Amino acid sequence: MSVPVAWYLVLAAAMFAVGTAGALTRRNGITIFLSIELMLNSANLTLVAYSRLLEDRTGQIVVLFVLAVAAAEAAVGLALFIALYRHRRTIDLDRVNLLRW
Amino acid sequence: MELLVFAIFAGLALASALTVVLHRDPVKSTLSLVVTLFSTGVLFVLLGAPFVGVLQVLVYTGAIVVLFLFVVMLLNLQREARRSEPGGSFQKVAAGAGALAFAAFAGIAVWRTSADAEAAELTEAFVGLRGFSEELFERFLLPFEIIGLLLLVAVIAAYVVARRPEPERRLPTPLEKATGEARIDPVGEEAP
Repeated sequence: MSVPVAWYLVLAAAMFAVGTAGALTRRNGITIFLSIELMLNSANLTLVAYSRLLEDRTGQIVVLFVLAVAAAEAAVGLALFIALYRHRRTIDLDRVNLLRW
Repeated sequence: MELLVFAIFAGLALASALTVVLHRDPVKSTLSLVVTLFSTGVLFVLLGAPFVGVLQVLVYTGAIVVLFLFVVMLLNLQREARRSEPGGSFQKVAAGAGALAFAAFAGIAVWRTSADAEAAELTEAFVGLRGFSEELFERFLLPFEIIGLLLLVAVIAAYVVARRPEPERRLPTPLEKATGEARIDPVGEEAP
């Protein structure tokens, strides 16, 4: 039997929720970054699921763009973490509060 | 059959997503993100998007996660991994926010798609690569080019941000001011 598309959407919602909770609770910069990747990934799953339901390939192409943006974001973000670590010897985001408030 | 594959990989994706968030060691978090992304790639194939699934495995797990692993291992975060994460009320608030996000998205998903909506049978025209690339290179040609430009800019930005500053133009970091000694200088050209 074939799987209803709504199940994929529920799975994507669950993964998004896990990513949200991770991004809010963790202090390690890398883990927060990984949580954001999780959220991007669940958005991708939603796009592909709707593209299947609506028989429209646009969703798949948007996923391609999201992949590229995620790659760019990962490159710049990790470079920032390297620069931060060089200055502070930590990437614990609770202890990096120079620009806070 | 499809149901079985979906159940296996959906469970795998969810379990490894939880591991990403809950595990204390960033290396293991990153490695379990590989499992999540690969499972999602399999689900893409199930949804009739095999090309996107292949790209997912190649680009995400092949390139992005390797970048993550490199940085995690370069920074040597063992000390931070051992420090405890914040507990108590804040964690409850975040878990609540996550649950709220889940409820909202799942509710909207089921409401908008009428839970048992059956998608049409997969056709060769939909799954095939020809239609995909025709649409990509005709309707979405300009965004495609802009994405290429974005990647170029990102590479340059990553280099500029992460490169070691030249010694004579470098301001002392807060840590150096506090301890009164210069740190990173494997070449040893810089005066202390």
